[in-house]
Amino acid sequence: MSEKEVKNLEEIFEARIARDEKIEPKDWMPEKYRQTHIRQMSQHAHSEIIGMLPEGNWITRAPSLRRKAALLAKVQDEAGHGLYLYSACETLGISRDELYEQLHSGKAKYSSIFNYPTVTWADMGAIGWLVDGAAIINQVPLCNTSFGPYARAMVRVCKEESFHQRQGFEIMLTLCNGSEEQKAMAQDALNRWWWPSLMMLGPTDAESIHTEQSMKWKLKRKSNDELRQQFIDQTVPQADLLGLTIPDPDMKFNEATGHYDFGEINWDEFWQVVKGHGPCNKERMNARVSAWENGEWVRDAAMAYAEKKVNKEIAKAS
Amino acid sequence: MDNTKKNWPLWEVFVRSKNGLEHRHFGSLHATDAEMALENARDVYTRRSEGVSIWVVESKNITASNPQNNGELFEPAQDKVYRHPTFYNLPDEVKHM
Repeated sequence: MSEKEVKNLEEIFEARIARDEKIEPKDWMPEKYRQTHIRQMSQHAHSEIIGMLPEGNWITRAPSLRRKAALLAKVQDEAGHGLYLYSACETLGISRDELYEQLHSGKAKYSSIFNYPTVTWADMGAIGWLVDGAAIINQVPLCNTSFGPYARAMVRVCKEESFHQRQGFEIMLTLCNGSEEQKAMAQDALNRWWWPSLMMLGPTDAESIHTEQSMKWKLKRKSNDELRQQFIDQTVPQADLLGLTIPDPDMKFNEATGHYDFGEINWDEFWQVVKGHGPCNKERMNARVSAWENGEWVRDAAMAYAEKKVNKEIAKAS
Repeated sequence: MDNTKKNWPLWEVFVRSKNGLEHRHFGSLHATDAEMALENARDVYTRRSEGVSIWVVESKNITASNPQNNGELFEPAQDKVYRHPTFYNLPDEVKHM
């Protein structure tokens, strides 16, 4: 294809997106659109898969059968969400194995929030309430994104995710209505998860290198700062309801703007965690890689068994 | 036989959400064979009673049209307006036809 032809195709492509048309896997697309989608969708899928680990930590120690069943269902949903997203990603011509390889080698990233430890049961509450709350705010606009398979996966994810946040809030509420120690446990979890949850919505607009292009492709519909403000405005009244204090002395409702003003985010910490120096980066990757490697013989055995069954049927037929 | 380098094939999943409706494409997944694909589809796509029937088809068995040929494939239908009821002029007195 000549340069002129590519340019022409690109113009047609941009015009389709501007008209809110969806792009499907076999349609012509600029290479950068394909790469950007692989990057973002796989990062999202990896986050779901790694995201199971901090919560998996508490399944066997959930305080009641009700809580255990809910937590199991939530973690199972996360596996499911990872699978929807990997499948959507594979429609762009990258294999599942390549995607895993990128995760395991550290070439692909996952959400930095999962590199924090879950030290008490209250962390299950804080994760559902705050981390899933922030994730929903991030994900709802994606139901409308330009790449069809991604948008369809996100519709399913968002439908399932609202139970995640509600079960988390319920855990917090129960703790806050409990003993002094239980309430202190809830406050401690909020203190530890608040700032990482704000960071989870991504670097500030000024620092975000992908935002402009992603907005143009409708891969992103609101900027990181807008999403963060929306999250804060929605969450602060919920903390009040719980009787908990947001660990930010600068947090104050601004009558003039109608939004909450908030303090400086420690972006050094964010970049440290992204670069691999968070409290649990190594632990998470080790858990993931060893699960994959230790499961290899099971995958191979299942494949061998399926082939054996096919061969038997062929032998019977002949 | 050496299976170690073999990846599980990709399957497309179609789910009928209730009787009376058609099966609709829900997504895809990896499985060693049709039986496992059905079981995995149950867990991945119908955790909240989304279906009463599942079809799985190995993705390599699907032949898809190429959007780059959409011109030859679909444009011939565009100049055949006489296939639509509104092409025909009827007097207003004929209300429902």
